[in-house]
Amino acid sequence: MSLDVAAVKADFPLLAREVHGTPIVYLDSGATSQKPRAVLDAMNRYYETINANVHRGAYHIAELATIASEDARRTVARFIGAGDEHELVFTKNATEAINLVAHSWGRTNLTEGDVVLLSLLEHHANIVPWHQLAEERGIEVRWIPLTDDGCLDLTDLDHLLDGVKLVAVTAVSNVTGAIPPVRQLADAAHAVGALCLVDGSQYVPHLATDVTELGCDFLAFTGHKMCGPTGIGMLWGRRELLDAMPPFLGGGEMILDVRRDGFTPNVVPWRFEAGTPPIAEMIGIGAAVDYLEGLGMDAVRKHEVSLTDYALRTLGDRFGDDLLIHGPTDTTHRGGILSMCLRDIHAHDLSQVLDQHGVCVRAGHHCAKPLMRELGVTSTSRASLYLYNDESDIDALGDALDEAARFFDF
Amino acid sequence: MPGLEDLYREVILDHYRNPRNRGELETPPALMAEGFNPLCGDEVKVYVQLDGDTITDVRISGQGCSISQSSASMMTTVVIGRTIDEARGTLRSFKQMMSIHEHGLDGQDSALDGSTEVPSGLGDLEALRGVVKFPVRIKCATLGWNTFDQALAEADS
Ligand SMILES: Cc1ncc(COP(=O)(O)O)c(C=O)c1O
Repeated sequence: MSLDVAAVKADFPLLAREVHGTPIVYLDSGATSQKPRAVLDAMNRYYETINANVHRGAYHIAELATIASEDARRTVARFIGAGDEHELVFTKNATEAINLVAHSWGRTNLTEGDVVLLSLLEHHANIVPWHQLAEERGIEVRWIPLTDDGCLDLTDLDHLLDGVKLVAVTAVSNVTGAIPPVRQLADAAHAVGALCLVDGSQYVPHLATDVTELGCDFLAFTGHKMCGPTGIGMLWGRRELLDAMPPFLGGGEMILDVRRDGFTPNVVPWRFEAGTPPIAEMIGIGAAVDYLEGLGMDAVRKHEVSLTDYALRTLGDRFGDDLLIHGPTDTTHRGGILSMCLRDIHAHDLSQVLDQHGVCVRAGHHCAKPLMRELGVTSTSRASLYLYNDESDIDALGDALDEAARFFDF
Repeated sequence: MPGLEDLYREVILDHYRNPRNRGELETPPALMAEGFNPLCGDEVKVYVQLDGDTITDVRISGQGCSISQSSASMMTTVVIGRTIDEARGTLRSFKQMMSIHEHGLDGQDSALDGSTEVPSGLGDLEALRGVVKFPVRIKCATLGWNTFDQALAEADS
């Protein structure tokens, strides 16, 4: 099955708008994706017909709201190949999901001298929580270096794994699109008795995901990058690990009993979901998964690989050495993320000119400063592709880059 | 709708292509402060040499976009030779020019068409007035200035 991109585009109301008098060319799905009408409708329907708090009221619409939001949990769990929906915790975003692991699992299991092994591709969301733990607990944060083409350099992996308790890596770099060998890393972690956390923020929206195949112990991802709403993220964890972990935040929903002298935490996943959950957002992410499954994740991936290939080829032809695109050239090992430097035009200036042509790209360090230092740049302009992009978007990007080159032609 | 020419005035591009007073000064005796634009990762270092109350030299190092680089470059040409108080006065005027009182989304820049009161006497710096029409770039324009202000604060301590 291949993707009918024109039909897909028509599913996304925002893509019909114009900016500065030209049709929008949205190339920033790595930051956040647009939302299909099906998701917006599902969330509206909740508010218009069954809005009530969940797990509380015994009245009809409260029951319907509880069922709808818990159905969403089952849908998302199935989407990532989790056998048990209790293994899926809803959080605010991927950042909170990783923080949950750092606070709950990390504080219980890590002591001074223990090592958390990260890759140099990581987003700050998978760096800072470990730095915080290092400050608090004296753990060591260690880094997997990169090869010249921006992939992980695993030649010294055995040595790097010495003393490691957790390997925490991204499954797709949000800067270079590189796809590290997560399975190999998870197996290597397990071989030394360590666990493996995967940041799937840029993976789950784009590639068919199966936690058993990934081989990891935790998977963090975020709703708004996969056609879902903001305000909802997900942590999947193996059941026996989650069962043994203490609560993260305290309050309502996460308890079985509260007494004057203490409390008894709820079972998972609700133990980790303190307070009223983002009900509309749970329903929204469920609808987003239904939408993605309707298209088929294999078709989505196939489309993105061929579009990335088209982009690398045509932009390479048009700009030659003037345009540096970071990351691996083999599109079977990269996601649809193009971090670009056009001559020495600053990313901020470049994206400003692109914006005048309706082309939305992200300029900056992409919350991955250790990686940027490794690449020897302070910022890049990043175009990131998704299921609704087509060759005309890449051509528009090329035209706008042309204009920028002309404008800053010193 | 604000266009590129509102932002990239010729004098701005000139200071970007040929930045004035780039470099470093020995610290001490010079004061130095480091500024970051967390949005884009730009980093700037501002060195200030004082003789009593007078600013005798200012140098800029680091990387940035055309707006941050040209704004810092223009700043050096304005503050060198002034007293600390005079420089702070210019800083206040500049930041006033950079502050938006209200702005509509989607390019409805009713209050941005120059009708707001803008301090005069900023010379070339007035070329940066258009930056307020591009709110995310205001941080770029003020980066060097705020860092300069931090360096001066060292003199007080
Ligand atoms: C690889 C990666 N990890 C984590 C995040 C954080 O996602 P969120 O801000 O939704 O928590 C992002 C998105 O910016 C990302 O690209």
